[in-house]
Amino acid sequence: MEATDRNNREGLKAWLNPSRYGAERISYWLQRLTGVGLLGYFIGHVYETSSLTQGPDAWAAMLELTQTPMGHMILLLVIGMSTFHSANGIRLIFTEGGKGLGKPGRPDYPYDAVSLNYRQKSGIWIALILAAAAMLFGASVLFGGE
Amino acid sequence: MSETIEKLERLDKKRKEHEKKEIERSSIYLKIFRANRATGEQAHYDTVEVPVQRSTTVLDALLYAKGYKDHSIGIRYSCRMASCGSCGMKINGIPRLACYTKVSELYGDTITCEPLSNFPHIRDLATDFTQFFEHHKDMQPYIQNENADIKDPSKLSEFVQSPEDVDKFLQFSYCIKCGCCYSACPTVAMDTKFPGPQALAQAYRYFADSRDAATEERLELVDDRHGIFRCHFAGSCSTVCPKGVDPALGIQLLKGHMLGYSSNEKKIADLKERLMRK
Ligand code: HEM
Ligand code: SF4
Ligand code: SF4
Ligand code: FES
Repeated sequence: MEATDRNNREGLKAWLNPSRYGAERISYWLQRLTGVGLLGYFIGHVYETSSLTQGPDAWAAMLELTQTPMGHMILLLVIGMSTFHSANGIRLIFTEGGKGLGKPGRPDYPYDAVSLNYRQKSGIWIALILAAAAMLFGASVLFGGE
Repeated sequence: MSETIEKLERLDKKRKEHEKKEIERSSIYLKIFRANRATGEQAHYDTVEVPVQRSTTVLDALLYAKGYKDHSIGIRYSCRMASCGSCGMKINGIPRLACYTKVSELYGDTITCEPLSNFPHIRDLATDFTQFFEHHKDMQPYIQNENADIKDPSKLSEFVQSPEDVDKFLQFSYCIKCGCCYSACPTVAMDTKFPGPQALAQAYRYFADSRDAATEERLELVDDRHGIFRCHFAGSCSTVCPKGVDPALGIQLLKGHMLGYSSNEKKIADLKERLMRK
């Protein structure tokens, strides 16, 4: 009876706190966060463009909504999320098939795992830096000039 | 040869760096999680001061507390040398072996000891491993090969394996089933039917072993709605594993075979006796 007891599972709390176990755990957290964010944006985007069916006036009114500082901020976030998600996603497509993780061998003290190697860490950093660069460029276009 | 020497030198340097980080103190406070489900004792923490030396492990400290301060502290341990896998617990929030974690590696004056999460709680620091072991058994963790007729002693013979064959699975066979990885995994935290890093790494351990012929069956075993693809390579299992098993590596390599990234061909080892007859 006790074996099927669910007590003491970390549940959602395990997901909500990614800070305890290193870069790969943070990457996992960000990938899902940005994935769900993009899904949210995608649904919003379908809703936004569907206003076209109500004619040009409805479309123009909808566009007005996005041309606000708040709308720009949301777009910036989408730019950052999609850049990180795609770049890190490409890394994951390789690693989750066992590529770039290194070979099993004979572990020695202090037993650092070969799979958590510099390629993973640099991949995660590259995705973060690309996202930041894309957001900076986006900000200069959205908020800069006229 | 020179490669081996280089590797040894690298490891030596790493160990020295480890030592440099040691923190010296003469005593620490152990903050121990206490609760007893059977008697309805509510969860709370007891704090005990314990004298420590440079070599004191968290298990030594807990046993001192149990021996001299409070006999009722519930802990499970056996070997005291990272071999039996009994003393897994959360130390300062991270799953580790109490006997393998020295007090001198931990910052702060207080060390918090809690039972492993994702395991049903029994009492104080002891948890129930029934389900964890079930997941392990589900992976059929034994060599399956019809050529090895274990019922007829006269036919008993060794398989012939090269050192390279052995290297493919050896690291995963070092698992002591301590449950640290199971406690750290975010998927296990949400899904009771997910086999978890320990069991999945064992699935790969037998999959990669050239003596084992149940290759296809093993892939089918883990290819389930709650199976291997619930692993998202958060790598936390490998971060905490005290034996260098690197379960995340085994799991991703197994996924690679299922996704067709790696070829599924494995030459099944021959029996020594049969080779001699030829
Ligand atoms: C170039 C484009 C994209 C690539 C390369 C990509 C790749 C990935 C990868 C590799 C994962 C990780 C799966 C895992 O953790 O095992 C993932 C997760 C996810 N993606 Fe994408 N993705 C892309 C675009 C999108 C878009 C446009 C959306 C939303 C409409 C999206 C939604 C999600 C969601 C919700 C998750 C979380 C699933 C999970 O954590 O298991 N992705 N993506
Ligand atoms: S894989 Fe490592 S952490 Fe997991 S049970 Fe085995 S020895 Fe413990
Ligand atoms: S790599 Fe997979 S099995 Fe290991 S902790 Fe992450 S999700 Fe769990
Ligand atoms: S007491 Fe055996 S592993 Fe710690």
